[in-house]
Amino acid sequence: MSQQVPILQVKGLIKKYGDKAVLNGVDLQVEKGKVIAILGPSGCGKSTFLRCLNGLEEVQGGDILLDNQSLINKSTNWRTVRQRIGMVFQSYDLFPNLTVMENILLSPLKVQKRSREEVEKQAKELLERVGLADRANDYPRQLSGGQKQRIAIVRALCINPEIMLFDEVTASLDPEMVREVLDVIAQLAEQGMTMLIVTHEMNFARLVADEVIFMDKGKIHEQAVAEEFFSNPQTDRAKQFLNILQF
Amino acid sequence: MENLTFDWQYMIDVLPHYKTALWLTVKLAFIGIAFAIIVGLICSVIQYFKMRVLSNVVQVYLEIARNTPLLIQLFFLYYGLPKVGVTLSGELCGIIGLTFLGGSYMAEVFRSGMEAVTKSQIETGKAIGLSNLQLMRYVIIPQAFSYSIPGFSANCIFLLKETSVFSGIAILELTNTTKNLMGIFYKTNEALFMLVIGYLIILLPLTLFLTWLERRVRHAEFGN
Amino acid sequence: MLNSGISVLFEGINLQRLLIGLLATLRVALISVLISIILGIIIGIIRTSKNKLIQIPFRIYLELFRIIPILVWLFVIYYVIPANFDINLSSEVVALIVFSLWGIAEMSDIVRGAIISLPKHQMESSKALGLSPVQMYRFVLIPQAAKRSIPPMINLITRMIKTTALLTMIGVIEVIKVGQQIIEVNNLQYPTASFWIYGIIFFMYFCICFPLSRFSRKLEQKWAA
Repeated sequence: MSQQVPILQVKGLIKKYGDKAVLNGVDLQVEKGKVIAILGPSGCGKSTFLRCLNGLEEVQGGDILLDNQSLINKSTNWRTVRQRIGMVFQSYDLFPNLTVMENILLSPLKVQKRSREEVEKQAKELLERVGLADRANDYPRQLSGGQKQRIAIVRALCINPEIMLFDEVTASLDPEMVREVLDVIAQLAEQGMTMLIVTHEMNFARLVADEVIFMDKGKIHEQAVAEEFFSNPQTDRAKQFLNILQF
Repeated sequence: MENLTFDWQYMIDVLPHYKTALWLTVKLAFIGIAFAIIVGLICSVIQYFKMRVLSNVVQVYLEIARNTPLLIQLFFLYYGLPKVGVTLSGELCGIIGLTFLGGSYMAEVFRSGMEAVTKSQIETGKAIGLSNLQLMRYVIIPQAFSYSIPGFSANCIFLLKETSVFSGIAILELTNTTKNLMGIFYKTNEALFMLVIGYLIILLPLTLFLTWLERRVRHAEFGN
Repeated sequence: MLNSGISVLFEGINLQRLLIGLLATLRVALISVLISIILGIIIGIIRTSKNKLIQIPFRIYLELFRIIPILVWLFVIYYVIPANFDINLSSEVVALIVFSLWGIAEMSDIVRGAIISLPKHQMESSKALGLSPVQMYRFVLIPQAAKRSIPPMINLITRMIKTTALLTMIGVIEVIKVGQQIIEVNNLQYPTASFWIYGIIFFMYFCICFPLSRFSRKLEQKWAA
């Protein structure tokens, strides 16, 4: 079989806030099934980059192609795109007025208009897999941070996206809860989900990611296979960054 | 110094008047508050979505309604309008007045409730594919409602108390009835005692209901 | 026919009389506000004590004014005191008593709320920096408590001014009463007088209250940090 087109391509992405360029020409090719970790110092634009991919931020230049179709034009229906590119945020943000199950079912039922039977079945399976099947009828306020974040991931997965974006999803959690969330993400990686993960968890990135991109000041500074990046960073900036994080 | 004991027989005799007055007060307050809620919702939605021309109209309305006394609004409606050909019954003036004044207070409460819904909740809603309408329905309105309850309760109580001002335009609600009875029978202590009891009878159940409502809808603060 | 009415405003000294009536209203408001601020601050500070013997009576006092409409209070004081205690009170005095008691109650709540909302670590940080209690109050606590009290205070003042409209119901000669007199006198000549007179009174109240509200909002925005 000939080389397949990468499921997601980013070409020269430019994003500005006023005059300030937060993303200064970002290029990236994401193949199906690959896990890419995005690292970098605060303010380098990594969260902004993710948010451009599902239309939460507007771009001023460059292109994003999903399955070779450009998303940067007026006719893009971002609602449809968001069903193919799911996102989980640092601030898990479950809807407080709905139960766990209702949170998960909301989009599949109301946006995708799928049958309740089918969606409930999928939801229950996913909840089993993350170990929270018994919490289906609880309200978010009854859950811990780690539990809420796992539910947020299940909620995103139930929409059956092709790509998952994770924006520093463990940053607000107590250290003891970080592990349970990372386990879920590792599981997804094993199952072949295409993922872009912005994270500060270096060990996790090293183990789970296929590739690492290191961003600084709105550009990709270095890009390499995960193991290569961590054992042998090429650029000074990357070396500096990794050194800082090794006490 | 007059005897400070109450004439209980008198109070029993005039009870029917108070019953009618109480019922009228509750009726007018209820209708006024209901319309005020509707007006408030419309105005707050307009302001929240920053709809260009309408936003300014609403802003002008809010400033006028909040910076003028209800009594003047009522006098203008009841005594002033007939002179230009628009004659409204006292009760209708009362309802319009409450709606006009109350709508502005409700608008403020609902708008700040909507603005209290965090940006990340809205973005999460978008990220799972909800349309703007669905965002309103499943995310913004339920949470805004929860945030608005304290202010909403305060407004309901305020508007109910404002019905006393209706006595200025000859509506036979509680305060006016009391005033008239005092004029006829001079039993001021008894009359005023019953007046205060009358308001308590209305306000206590209302307060209990609002407290119950607040507790039921308190989920928004437990968001994250 | 409408146009003929508006000139009633300019007839004779009508406008002047209306303004004098307005001043009478504002005089009541001003005195009550001053009393409310002074006593309200004192009582507000007292009410921050955790002593139940202090808290409960004051709380009852506040709730009495929160449950019973001000108009009813005006009637109560206006009718009950002369009827039972053989004292004759003029309407203005009744108004001052009611408005002051109301203002003190609300003001004390505002002050108390502002004080207890101050973050405790402010006091601890001040002590850690070596400030004396007096310095702590002067440079840290009072400025912050003031910032939290002043917008609600202005809001209360605006409400008190609006409520002075009710004084006409107990016979105080204020702007509405004057307006009604003008309407009666000019009834034959200017049949639409009431439209214009009440209209202008409406406008007058707006002109007083609107700048206050805007000022309060500007302060709130400025201090939002």
